[in-house]
Amino acid sequence: MKHYAYLLGAATLAASHLHAAELTVEVQNLTGGIHFTPLLITAHPDGSQLFEVGEMASAELQSMAEGGDIAPLAALADSLNADSVTNPAGGLLGPTATTSAMLSTADDNVRLSLVAMLLPTNDGFVALNGWKIPSEPGIYTAYLNAYDAGTEANDEIRGSGMPGQAGMPVPPPLEDLVGTGGSGVTATTTNAMIHIHPGNLGDAMPDGGNSDISNTVQRWLNPVAKVTVTVAE
Amino acid sequence: MKTTLRFTLLSVTSVLILAGCGSDDDDEVMMPDPPVPEPVVMTYEVTITNLTAAQPLSPVAVMLTAEQQYWQVGMPASDALALLAEGGDNSELVNAGGVLAASDSGMPVGPGDSASVTVSVDDAEGVWLTVATMLVNTNDGFTGITGYDLNTLTIGDSVSMSVMVYDAGTEANTEAAGTIPGPADGGEGVSAGREEADSVFVHGGVVSQEDGLASSVLDQSHRFDNPAVKLSVTRVE
Repeated sequence: MKHYAYLLGAATLAASHLHAAELTVEVQNLTGGIHFTPLLITAHPDGSQLFEVGEMASAELQSMAEGGDIAPLAALADSLNADSVTNPAGGLLGPTATTSAMLSTADDNVRLSLVAMLLPTNDGFVALNGWKIPSEPGIYTAYLNAYDAGTEANDEIRGSGMPGQAGMPVPPPLEDLVGTGGSGVTATTTNAMIHIHPGNLGDAMPDGGNSDISNTVQRWLNPVAKVTVTVAE
Repeated sequence: MKTTLRFTLLSVTSVLILAGCGSDDDDEVMMPDPPVPEPVVMTYEVTITNLTAAQPLSPVAVMLTAEQQYWQVGMPASDALALLAEGGDNSELVNAGGVLAASDSGMPVGPGDSASVTVSVDDAEGVWLTVATMLVNTNDGFTGITGYDLNTLTIGDSVSMSVMVYDAGTEANTEAAGTIPGPADGGEGVSAGREEADSVFVHGGVVSQEDGLASSVLDQSHRFDNPAVKLSVTRVE
């Protein structure tokens, strides 16, 4: 896609020298029926990352992906002297909603990452992973995919947001949007590594069937988010 | 690039006027009329390729416009866009405000097929592109691009892109008999009213009967993923 090419080009332009930057990071939920839990937006040093696709999720990432808890990942970022913003939307970021955050980055923090859990899912999350912050001032756009942490079976029924416990957390704003009484889509995880999320299955029964997810409303196709980063002069 | 082009054309015009003055024996000092630059015609050929399995595209609207977006994720669809997204009818959209010139593919574009549409505009201050078409075996799914800046494209340049499918947010995705205008159903196009959220979003795909929506008139072949179409744009004049 054009924007990916643009980003790659911009990344090439950015020399390897270190630089502080003033960033505005705008995040839009592009989906029609998925909520994002509070976002962690962090600028961190080269050589560090929040996760790697194809590798196992850290305990910190698992907490975010299964329960929306970004505190462990934020603490990890702090330990790297990262510059972070947490929860810019002040709660859930609903379908098509936009939030933005200002971020002043230290010289060493040249990589930008962003994560949030997707609701309703078991361990789905949206992410920007270690994007090289351009030294050239300008407006940069990226479209983000949905990932599966690989840490929990996608049973698609109400349950727990605690790491390692089955089921989906259903915080109050989603109470009426998530079904009940599903028997569970699956009890197994077929890929325990972080991978591209296969998407919600859902069903057409709000009070039964095998899923508590609505198949006509709470499915998505990638991309699920648009990020617009403004690098100030 | 546009500025450079204009400057060149003006220079040529000035040379012609000076040559004209040189052969003019009139004693009176006359100021020549201010030079009227030749109209700059900009012509673009847009080719759309349908990458879906079984989603014909309604006649593809290609619009050269002022700097304007005809939809935006998170904003309500215009009535003109709803007409296109629910019924495949682009007649209102191509006549919307800000449209400088528009054309369409005339015919639907089937899966695996391509269509090319050529549109020209004279002497525009700037040109932006909107392409829009409905995936006709959906309730209100459409694809295309809007507000795409063509002003850096010089003659002979091409750009190609893969674009995603949007949901107009104006009709619930019931996939029910009678609600889908495409050949999978032959139902109605535009329906009255709006969805509760009433905003454009990135389409979540169709469910289909085989994948758990018993009341759907769609089958597995009607499912799609992003990107659904490929667009290529060439400035030919």
